[in-house]
Amino acid sequence: MEFLVTHSPHFRTRQTTRGVMTDVIIALAPVSFAAIAYFGMRALVLMLTSMLVAMLTESFLLNRRNGLGVVFKKIYGDGSAAVTGLILAHIVSPLLPLWMMALGSFVAIFLGKYAFGGIGQNTFNPALVGRAVLVASFPVQMTQWLHPLDAVVGATPLATMTSEYMPMFLGMIGGAIGETSALAILIGAVYLLFRKHITLHIPLSYLGTVAILSFIFGVDPIYSLIAGGLMYGAIFMATDMTTSPISRRGQVIFGIGCGLITALIRQFGALNEGVMFAILLMNSTTPLIDRYIKPRLFGGAK
Amino acid sequence: MAVTFKGGIHPPEHKELSKDKSIEKLPLPKSVLIPLVQHIGAPCKPLVKVREEVKVGQMIAEMGGFVSSPIFSSISGVIKKISDVEVASGKLVTCVEIESDGLDEWINDPLNRQLEEIEAKEIVEIIREAGIVGMGGAGFPTHVKYTLPNDVKVDTILLNGAECEPYLTCDHRLIVEEGEKVIYGLRAMMKAVNVKKGIIAIENNKPDAIKNMEKLTKDYDDIEVAILKTKYPQGGEKQLIDAVLKREVPSGKLPMHVGVIVNNIHTAYSVAEAVRTGLPSVERVITVSGQGIHTPKNLMVRYGTSVGDIIEYCDGIKENVVKIISGAPMTGYAQYKLDFPIDKRSSGIIALTDNEVDTTPESACIRCSRCLDVCPINLVPSKLDQLGRLNEIEKAIEYDVMDCIECSSCAYICPAHRHLVQSIVSAKNAARALLND
Repeated sequence: MEFLVTHSPHFRTRQTTRGVMTDVIIALAPVSFAAIAYFGMRALVLMLTSMLVAMLTESFLLNRRNGLGVVFKKIYGDGSAAVTGLILAHIVSPLLPLWMMALGSFVAIFLGKYAFGGIGQNTFNPALVGRAVLVASFPVQMTQWLHPLDAVVGATPLATMTSEYMPMFLGMIGGAIGETSALAILIGAVYLLFRKHITLHIPLSYLGTVAILSFIFGVDPIYSLIAGGLMYGAIFMATDMTTSPISRRGQVIFGIGCGLITALIRQFGALNEGVMFAILLMNSTTPLIDRYIKPRLFGGAK
Repeated sequence: MAVTFKGGIHPPEHKELSKDKSIEKLPLPKSVLIPLVQHIGAPCKPLVKVREEVKVGQMIAEMGGFVSSPIFSSISGVIKKISDVEVASGKLVTCVEIESDGLDEWINDPLNRQLEEIEAKEIVEIIREAGIVGMGGAGFPTHVKYTLPNDVKVDTILLNGAECEPYLTCDHRLIVEEGEKVIYGLRAMMKAVNVKKGIIAIENNKPDAIKNMEKLTKDYDDIEVAILKTKYPQGGEKQLIDAVLKREVPSGKLPMHVGVIVNNIHTAYSVAEAVRTGLPSVERVITVSGQGIHTPKNLMVRYGTSVGDIIEYCDGIKENVVKIISGAPMTGYAQYKLDFPIDKRSSGIIALTDNEVDTTPESACIRCSRCLDVCPINLVPSKLDQLGRLNEIEKAIEYDVMDCIECSSCAYICPAHRHLVQSIVSAKNAARALLND
């Protein structure tokens, strides 16, 4: 008989990168369904377009040498491109033309991910890179918000500052496709926590910092938490494994930094929304945080 | 309340295959192949020649230094050959092949000494002369642990009955079947270094072992039983001391520096046998298990017995076996052949089948932090993996590569299935060479 010889351990988890990514898509499902409920088929088509372009771009970059057949066969791959595509669709205006959606998705994967070397190597959250490019290129289309259900074009609540908690919490307000319903986002968060793909370090430090600063600035903290893309950003984007610090202590610093920048942009900046730039800026500090914040060595100095 | 440590993992235990199987004596082998390195430290120097006749318990190789341990013939018969053979660890080691005469004639008759008859200072000498090493797998010569420097004070002997590796049940069976001897061994070790406190630590997945030990230690005020939460690597000595005594062994230091000596259950049993009978260590209990073994067993085997013979005694392996492990699944060595010998450190022979062996190819690290969460030493395994592959040894030292205990928890949990232990251990070896320069 022939036996396999490898280094220990000889038992390994059944979990895979693909499994992790598929779980993230499952966690995003409540948000996706809420989006379809509020914005109709328009949202569904945008999400599918974004995911498809992201997956095709990634599969082409990875498998092009093996022929187009393989590119289509391995289109899902490790699932990470599908996640990026879905998240990008969640953070754009439901009125965005399809070709802009496709362009943003292509940029997210090509520039946001593969320019850095692919999965695990990128400095910035790829979906946010895609969104940043879209906001810079198509400011008008990216900032017109559709009021759910009655389909009236209007401004984001952060621009109008009218507040009523319950409709906002449920998502019956204008906003990006997936950012409006805090409830749907929280259901997804519970799933990710239950599956141990995220911990509370980043979301809590991020949201806590925004709440405290809002209070200091005299803004209603609860309103601050459920308005705009904060909840979505804190749970699904700031927690991106690749672009946030690897140590739990580093993640708390990262979360506080995100919160600080978000609150400052909202309070003093010219933009209505600070979540995207807050996370992108803090992404750039991740290598630095990892360099200096290490877990305390067992048996090391206290 | 069960105590534990920070980090760690929960691999499938599979102890049910052999935990209720009483220890059986393996019939005497027709020949044995005895490696002259069965411990950490200097290799032994052979004392016998080809065609020489030997008896059971006769010293066939003497210590090669202070950190070493003598080796004895495990059967009576004739020396057939002395040659270099590849052993379980994959290293070439000088081995002595002995052909049995079937008589099992011992060099001396066993005594039956009570611990009270023996002076404290004799005990360490008996342990050394009996060739006893750490039998949990590391094989560190036991007498060295009990030869304390003058400035070190030890207050506790901690017996390690965690047996946290999947499949293994040999320590479990020893506690259940030979509990008195385990306690005898513990008392001998306490007496040797004049320590007034002994603790037997057992994971809570072995309730019958805990019950037996609690019953047997009732009459000893200076011995207690500690219950551990079932988690891997609870049997790592630093993790054990942390869980039971809440003491943290400083980086680069030994348990004795926090006043503790840790020994494995089987080591205590072997010490008891040596002190009581006055005979050297020639056999041990091993667990032969795995989904791929027809009849899993706990066997008392003589050192040098071929694994092929042992597996045959357990009715052989199944068709779908893909891996043979010497030791246990988390830290053991995979073998490509079955004719390698059992030594003092062999706690198990595990046959793994195709449905439990993972062959997922590794992919890029996604920085998910799981390896940091499970690392009991709080290292950054993903970073060490990267540095190891880049051969950045100075940087790896900066990231405390030397503190890695090689428990494999990081590689177990990695969703990208990266070969973390392989690259970290190679970085550690390179770092050791660099630091010794």
